[in-house]
Amino acid sequence: MSTAIVRVWGAQVRSSLRLLAVGWWLQLKMRSRSAFDGILAIVYPMFFATSVLLMYRQGGSTSALVGAAVGASVLGVWSAVATTASTSLQQERRLGTLELLVAAPRPFALLVVPMTLAMGTIGLYSLLATLLWGRFAFGIPVSLEHPVVFLLASVVTAIGVSLMGFLLAVSAVRYRGAWALGTAFEFPVWLICGFLVPVAALPDWVAPISWVLPPTWGAAAIRNAAFGGSPWGDIALCLLLSLAYGVIGMWLCGRLLTSARTNATLALT
Amino acid sequence: MSYRALFGWLSPWILIPTFIVEPVFQILFFAYVGRDAGVGSDTFFLVGNAIQFASIPCLFAMGNTISGERYSQTLSLLLVSPARRIPLFLGRALPVIVNGLMCSLIALGLGALILGVSIPMGSLPLLVVVVAVSAFSCTGLGLVAAALALRVRETAVLSNLVMGVLLIFCGVNVALTALPSWMAAVGRVLPLTHGIEAARALVGGASWSRVATLVTDEAAIGVVYLLIGLGMLKWFEVESRRSATLDIA
Repeated sequence: MSTAIVRVWGAQVRSSLRLLAVGWWLQLKMRSRSAFDGILAIVYPMFFATSVLLMYRQGGSTSALVGAAVGASVLGVWSAVATTASTSLQQERRLGTLELLVAAPRPFALLVVPMTLAMGTIGLYSLLATLLWGRFAFGIPVSLEHPVVFLLASVVTAIGVSLMGFLLAVSAVRYRGAWALGTAFEFPVWLICGFLVPVAALPDWVAPISWVLPPTWGAAAIRNAAFGGSPWGDIALCLLLSLAYGVIGMWLCGRLLTSARTNATLALT
Repeated sequence: MSYRALFGWLSPWILIPTFIVEPVFQILFFAYVGRDAGVGSDTFFLVGNAIQFASIPCLFAMGNTISGERYSQTLSLLLVSPARRIPLFLGRALPVIVNGLMCSLIALGLGALILGVSIPMGSLPLLVVVVAVSAFSCTGLGLVAAALALRVRETAVLSNLVMGVLLIFCGVNVALTALPSWMAAVGRVLPLTHGIEAARALVGGASWSRVATLVTDEAAIGVVYLLIGLGMLKWFEVESRRSATLDIA
């Protein structure tokens, strides 16, 4: 009996993972062909990265410039997710596909997570593009101490940002101007998560907020992997917080869907 | 009226996050980056970013004048009407300028409050004039973006790209003197550059006579972009009619 339960449970896990993978690939193909979600998500943060790199170059410290090149590359990971995630369910509503997704036989969360994972993947493109931009346009020699761990830290950061985006997407489902919420979160996360400016340089009350945001630990892991520190603690914290965001998002998803079905407000918010 | 109909951002649920929260955090972001990089001062970043943020309503609202009509399927009806184009589009530009002005001033005020920057009270009236002129010149560029919207489908992408160019080239966070010469040369023919320089001088205690030339240059650049925009609108309208691409750009 218990073997049968384990077998059924294993099949469900495999099926869910397959759904996530197929959904992620489909969303990635769609979004990377979109001028807004794909191209702009890569180019837009590079304007800010350019501005930042010009500032650090003016400052004259080579080490600070190298640090800024790595920090600036993380800006795009959040940019690729913030606005697009907050507006993703509005977009489904506009296209008339939200009801179909909700009515699908699989949990709704498993259909939304691949969307934000695809956005996070585009964010990884942005990270790479910004690093290359720093190298070739500014001549910044970023030599990575642990390239493989750097790659791992980048992927973990993208996962953390994606699950944060998932929570944002679900939370904003009943907010008609959801994209504005995502846009408004762009700079605060860049600042609070210490992508460029150390959290210690911000007012003291900001630090506890930064601790509960996965990108804070992701960015720290990326920096440590690039410059020879130990990134493993940061990677673990980033993954742990990502998991927490995922669980909260799934719980919220269930509550909001029940409410929307009860009040018949899925298409009318 | 058509401006209100097309520009949905006037809802407080959108207006407050985009026109108040976002510019204030942009100012804070660059002020802290400036401190970390050891360049500029809080005042420098406050003025630069507050005025640069006028470009958001100016570029996006003007771009929406075309894309909004297309989305509502009223673009062909509008352009087939005998209404004169200059009052039609300039009428939509006026509230955009006021919007840009208000957005910048609120960001300037809140940013100054948070960063503890003091702006001389005596310079405020002139500062309002400078910001208004900057918003006007940026709206001129917005009209060019609106004309391009007759040919470009992704107006939001276009407006974001133009905004990014202004951020880098107009001396918002790096003074023109510290930019490579070719970038400074590009910056001098873009809106905002002279306005930002004039506003910084005023906040630093300069008199009107010292900034008058900068303000005149800013206004002149705005007029040039406005004329280019109107010319492009006319040209693209004729082309769109000729090739029947008005609604499918």
